[in-house]
Amino acid sequence: MISVDHLSLSIHGTPILRDVSFAMQPGRTFGLVGESGSGKSMTALALMQLLPEGFQTSGTASLDGINLLDRPEAEMCALRGNELGMIFQEPMTALNPVRRIGDQVAETLCIHGAAPRRDALKMARQKLDRVGLPQIALDRYPHELSGGQRQRVCIATAIALRPRLLIADEPTTALDVTTQAQILDLLRGLVEEEDMALLLITHDLAVVADMADHVAVMKAGGIVEQGTTHDVLSQQTHPYTRALFEASDHQPRRSTPDMDTGGEALLRVTNTTRHYPGPRIGLFRRGAPVRAVDGVSLGLQTGESLGLVGESGCGKSTLTRAILGLDPIQGGDIRALGYAVSPHMPRENRAGIQVVFQDPYGSFNPRWTVEHLVAEPYHLLPEAPQRDERRTQVAQALEAVGLQSSDMDKYPHEFSGGQRQRIAIARALITHPKILVLDEAVSALDVRVRAQILDLLADLQARMGLSYLFISHDLTVVRAITDRVLVMQAGKIVEEGPTRRVFEAPDHPYTRALLAAAPRLPDYARKD
Amino acid sequence: MLRYILGRLVSLSLSLIVASLVIFTVIEVIPGDPAAFMLGLNADDSTVAALRADLGLDGSRAECYVAWITGMVQGDFGTSYTYRVPVADLVADRLWVSLPLAVLSLILSTLIAFPIGLIAAANRGRAADYGIMGGTQLGIAVPNFWFAMLLVLVFAVNLHWFNAGGFPGWGTPIMALKSLVLPSIALALPQAAILARVMRSALIETLAQDYMRTARAKGLSRRQAVLRHALRNALIPVLTIIGLQFSFLLAGAIIIENVFFLPGLGRLIFQGITQRDLVVVESVTMLLVFAVIVVTFLVDIAYAIADPRLRRRG
Repeated sequence: MISVDHLSLSIHGTPILRDVSFAMQPGRTFGLVGESGSGKSMTALALMQLLPEGFQTSGTASLDGINLLDRPEAEMCALRGNELGMIFQEPMTALNPVRRIGDQVAETLCIHGAAPRRDALKMARQKLDRVGLPQIALDRYPHELSGGQRQRVCIATAIALRPRLLIADEPTTALDVTTQAQILDLLRGLVEEEDMALLLITHDLAVVADMADHVAVMKAGGIVEQGTTHDVLSQQTHPYTRALFEASDHQPRRSTPDMDTGGEALLRVTNTTRHYPGPRIGLFRRGAPVRAVDGVSLGLQTGESLGLVGESGCGKSTLTRAILGLDPIQGGDIRALGYAVSPHMPRENRAGIQVVFQDPYGSFNPRWTVEHLVAEPYHLLPEAPQRDERRTQVAQALEAVGLQSSDMDKYPHEFSGGQRQRIAIARALITHPKILVLDEAVSALDVRVRAQILDLLADLQARMGLSYLFISHDLTVVRAITDRVLVMQAGKIVEEGPTRRVFEAPDHPYTRALLAAAPRLPDYARKD
Repeated sequence: MLRYILGRLVSLSLSLIVASLVIFTVIEVIPGDPAAFMLGLNADDSTVAALRADLGLDGSRAECYVAWITGMVQGDFGTSYTYRVPVADLVADRLWVSLPLAVLSLILSTLIAFPIGLIAAANRGRAADYGIMGGTQLGIAVPNFWFAMLLVLVFAVNLHWFNAGGFPGWGTPIMALKSLVLPSIALALPQAAILARVMRSALIETLAQDYMRTARAKGLSRRQAVLRHALRNALIPVLTIIGLQFSFLLAGAIIIENVFFLPGLGRLIFQGITQRDLVVVESVTMLLVFAVIVVTFLVDIAYAIADPRLRRRG
C-alpha cells in the first residue's frame, strides 16, 4: 500500500507541487497524466527522493507506513532498487554505454546484497528472460540493442528484486507503436504476476486508458481530478480533463482541398533509391549496401496534404533528406516545382520547398533574434528584401502564424515550445514556398498545443494553397491532417491511398499491424 | 577489436610516412643547400662539396630520402656533424633521461589530477570546487620553470634534500631517480592543472547523463554511482589529453632540462638547431614523430578498452 498525502514540493523556493494526494494498491496500475511541466515526473522523483538540489518537501509519501520523505539518504539507497524501482523515458541513454547489460542488471542484485556476483549474473539471465530477451547474451553492450530491447533491460534492472512499487516515467514515449504495445504488455504482465504497484506516468491518454485502473490528471503541480480510469475518462468532470481529451482527438477543420489532381504533380518522386555503404567487414571490404530508400515513388499535388508514416528506421527521414535535396540519390528521379532536386540544385530552387522539424529549439541558433531566424531562408533568394522591407516581411510571417510582430526582437529561449514551433513555421513561410515538408513537426508538443498547431497548419493551407508532406510516426495526427497517406516499411512504400480508406480498411498486413498496435481511446471516453 | 587495431595501425603508419616526407622536404629541399647552411656564409666551395659527399647528399632527392629512411629503420641515424659521433648514440643517451622524466611527470600529473578533478566535479559549485578551480588556474598560468626555481630554492638550497641540478647517470639508479624528482614535479604541476580541469568537465558532463539517474534509481549511493558509472565514461577525453601531454613532455622539457642541467632530448635538439647540425635535428624530429605516433596508437587502444562502441569501427 502506497499513499501520498498532501505532498508539496518546492525547489530553491519555487513551488513545483502542491497538495498532491493519491493512493496505490499492489497489483494495480495508477496512471498519472498531464502535460509537460505539470509535475508528473517530479512527483515520481519525490517518491524516489532523487530530486534536484535545493528541494523542500512537505506532506508524506508512505510505503507500508514508512514515510519516504523523511528517510535518511542511506536508508533510501537501501529502498531504491529494492522496494522502489524506476524506469525512464529514454532507453537509448538510460544504460551505461561502457558496461555489459548482464552486469548492469546484476548490479541491482549485488548492490543490495541479494547475491554474490556469479549468482547475480545467473539471476540476471533469468530476469532478462522474464522481460522477453532470452536471445540476448549477458555480455552484449547497450549500443548493440534496439530501443525496445534497451527498455526491456531497464525494466529487468528495475524489477530484479521484485519491488513493491515500479515507477515508469513515459516508458514508451520514445518507442515505435508496435514496440510500445509490446512494452506495455510486458508491464501489464509484471504487475499481475509480481503483484507490484505500477505508477505509470504518461502524456498519452490512450495509453493510460489502456493500462491504468486508477488515474489522476495533473495540471500546474496539482491533481485536478482523480478516480477510476473508467469514471474519469467517461465523465470528464473537470474542464481541464475535457480540454485534454478534446485536444488529443482534435480534428482541425479543413476545407475540402481544392486539389488539382489532373495536373502535373508539384513534387514527383520516381522510383528513387538511396543506399548507404554497408558496414566494414575487413580492412578493404564492406558488406552489402544498406538500402534505406528502395524504389520509392510518390506524387504531391497542389493543395494536397500527403502523409508518410512508418516506424523508426523505415527510411522516412532518409527519403525526406533526399526530397529536400540534402543527400544524393543513387537511382530514380526527384522533381519539385519543375526542377530536378539534388544536393547541387541552385539555391533559389530551394526557396519553393521548405521544412519544419520536430525540435524547433535544436534547429534555432540561440544567439539569434527571431527576426534573424525567420529571415534566414532569404539567403536562398537572389534578391532578398533588405532592412525595413525585411522587417515588414518577417512581421507578416509572424502574424500569419499567430505571433506578434513585436516578437521579432526577442530570442528563442523567451518562447514556449508551441510558440517556437510557430516561429519555425514562420521561417519556413518567409520565402513563400509552395511545398512545406513537416518532419514530425508536432510530435514533441503537448496535446493542446499540438491541436492549435494543427489548426494553424490547416488554416495556412487554406489561405496560401500550400501543399504538405507530413512525415510522422503518430497515426492520430496523420489521420487528422492528411488527404492521402503512404505507409513505409523497410525502405519501401507498402501501402498508399486516401487517408480515410487506409485507416478504415487497410490492405497491407503491416498497416494493419501498425493500426492494431496504436493505443486508442476507448469508446466510453468519446463525448460525441 | 583486432580489426580496430589493424585499422589504427594502417592509418598511423600512413601518418608516419607523410610526416617523414614533410620533415625531409622541409630540411633538405628548402631553402638551398644544407651543407652550405651548416658551414655558414664564409665556407669555401670545396669544403661544402666535401660535406655534401659526407652527408650523402650527392644523389637525387628520392635516393637521399630512401637512404635516410632505410638507414633509420636499421638504426643508423647518420653522423652528427658537430659531435662527430653517430646520432643514434647521442639520442640513446638523451632518451634515457627524457623518457623516464616524461613517464615520471605523467604518472605524477595523473595522480594529482584524477583525485582533484573528481573532488571538484563531485562538489560542483561549492567551496572545494572553487578552490580547486582557482588553484588549477594558477597552475596553468604560472610557467613551469618558475615552479622549477621555486622547488630548487626550497628543496635544494634550503632543505638540501635534492641536488639543484645535474644528472649522475643510471650507474646509481637511486641517485638518477632522485635527480629526476624535482624536474618531474615542475613539469607535472602545470600538466596536472590542465588534466584536472579536463577531468572535472568530463565528469560533470557524465554526471548529467541519464544512466547516472538509472544508477541512482537502482540504489547506488552518489559515491558508488560516480565511481562505478561516471569515471570510466569520463575517461575518454582525459585519455586524449594524456596522450597529447606525453608527446609534449618528451621533447617540450627544454626549459626544465636547462634549469636542472639535464642532458635530455630537448637540449639535444636545441643544440642541433643552434649549431646547424641538421642531421641531428632531422633524425631527432623524426624520432619524436615516431614516439608521438606510438603514443597515439596506445591511446587509441586505451579508447577501445574504455569504450566498447569503438571496437566495432574500422
